[in-house]
Amino acid sequence: MADALLEIDGVTKRFGGFLALDRVSLQVRAGERLGLIGPNGSGKTTLINCVSGALPTDGGRILFEGRDITRLPAHQRTRLGIVRSFQIPKPFVSMTVLENLGIPLEYAAPPRSHGAAAGALDILKMIGLDAKAHLRPAGLTQIEMRKLELARAMAARPKLLVSDEAMAGLSSAEVDDILAILFRLNEQGITIIMIEHIMRAVMRFSERVVVLDAGNRIAEGTPAEIVRNPAVEKAYLGE
Amino acid sequence: MKTRGALVVGVAVIGLGVLLGGLRVNPYVYFAGYVVLQYVVIATAWNVLGGYAGYVNFGTPAFFALGAYTSIFLIEAFKAPLPVLIVCGGLVAALLGLGIGYLTLRLKGVFFSIATFALSVVLQTLIINWEYVGGAKGYTLIRPPAPFFRSWGVLLFTLMVVLAVVTVLVARTIERSWIGRGLAALRDNEEAAECMGVPTLRLKLFATTLSGFFLGVAGAPFPYYVTYVEPSSAFDLNYAVNALAMPMIGGTTTWLGPVIGAVLLGTAQQVATVTISSELNLLIVGVVLVLFVVLAPEGITGLVRRLRRR
Repeated sequence: MADALLEIDGVTKRFGGFLALDRVSLQVRAGERLGLIGPNGSGKTTLINCVSGALPTDGGRILFEGRDITRLPAHQRTRLGIVRSFQIPKPFVSMTVLENLGIPLEYAAPPRSHGAAAGALDILKMIGLDAKAHLRPAGLTQIEMRKLELARAMAARPKLLVSDEAMAGLSSAEVDDILAILFRLNEQGITIIMIEHIMRAVMRFSERVVVLDAGNRIAEGTPAEIVRNPAVEKAYLGE
Repeated sequence: MKTRGALVVGVAVIGLGVLLGGLRVNPYVYFAGYVVLQYVVIATAWNVLGGYAGYVNFGTPAFFALGAYTSIFLIEAFKAPLPVLIVCGGLVAALLGLGIGYLTLRLKGVFFSIATFALSVVLQTLIINWEYVGGAKGYTLIRPPAPFFRSWGVLLFTLMVVLAVVTVLVARTIERSWIGRGLAALRDNEEAAECMGVPTLRLKLFATTLSGFFLGVAGAPFPYYVTYVEPSSAFDLNYAVNALAMPMIGGTTTWLGPVIGAVLLGTAQQVATVTISSELNLLIVGVVLVLFVVLAPEGITGLVRRLRRR
């Protein structure tokens, strides 16, 4: 694919004798909304860890904007524009919400004309967390914690945002809230990979869905094609 | 307080130290003051790694003694002067610090602490078996008459005032820079920090190296202070306990915490040594530390901050 932003080429990952990813290949176009689904233990988060640099791969290559990043440490990938949010929020607990955003603004975002604090407030306003800017994460609710996770990722000025189960455990209205934010980010030109178990959300959000099962890519297609795919049904429900 | 203000305060403290050196008070004041100031250096240095980066180092004696024994080696081999000893003691301990920095790649939390403790034991065994620096029976230094000052007590006291001010200023500068903010991020959550663009390994190596440097600096004048150095006094467990207890009591997140902790606890120990018993030192530390961990886990500076916010 010529205009691929991210190209995962035959990536393999083993944990001891367990094959977590078996030569998985995947391309993501610039500006795309991609859903990544699969049953528990299928390798979704492992794949994301390999892309973000949290885990070294045991084989294959990862290209970002045509550049081989397979051996690059995680913080350098963030600076290139690959930013992730965590499944379980991992805020910097000793800092306020605003200071949380200051870290990626200072370390990852390309230098800009206006001050870092102003940039952070803009992001918080966009995500709807500006009223809590001077609170510490301990004072946030669950949904606010997820929003902080997204806001902090945004502060790193990503080209590719990987949202790892940003909605797990949220109420239906809260899921819509997060979805609206992600749609808005995508409109701003940010490519998004969404890992999610909430099918209603993934199917509504994604232009294309990739299904993993036991470390293999078993299906790919539009949401409508995926729900009709017998292999996907088998992976989720068994024979 | 701006950087210039801090510099002015630093110079003022040094001036006060020189002034105190000029006063002809009881020589014991300089002797005890040296120890308290030495603990300001140790607690501040420890806190760069333990407080800012969150890696608890139990191996303070290793770094302190490495500074002291580097001095002994340089005195034996080259009759090197005191300023050279301080710089070299710091550099050798900084190298050890860089080494334990690479340990953080594999060891986190309590396992890192255990490894640093083990390091201290290993190093002590090596020194005990190295005859050139005195081995197990220790090393006696015959001091020449003190240059520039009327006694070694006053000279070393003044020197420690300068070293303490320099160490605190460096720690404060780091705390308020991008490095300090990056260290705080990795202390809170290392994985998230790395994913937010913080070069965690490089910052950790910086913290362990700098912390090691100043711990070595604190130990470098030690042979001149005691004139008789043996492994068990240079590798004293007191250094490990105090280095950790003082910042914990003062508060670990700012430069002021270790200073307050070192002055309070260090002074209390010196007073107790004279008035009650020299064995009471560790007991005081233990009791105070337990009280603080239970009642004010963020130390004195944290307590003050909490009271102010009300």
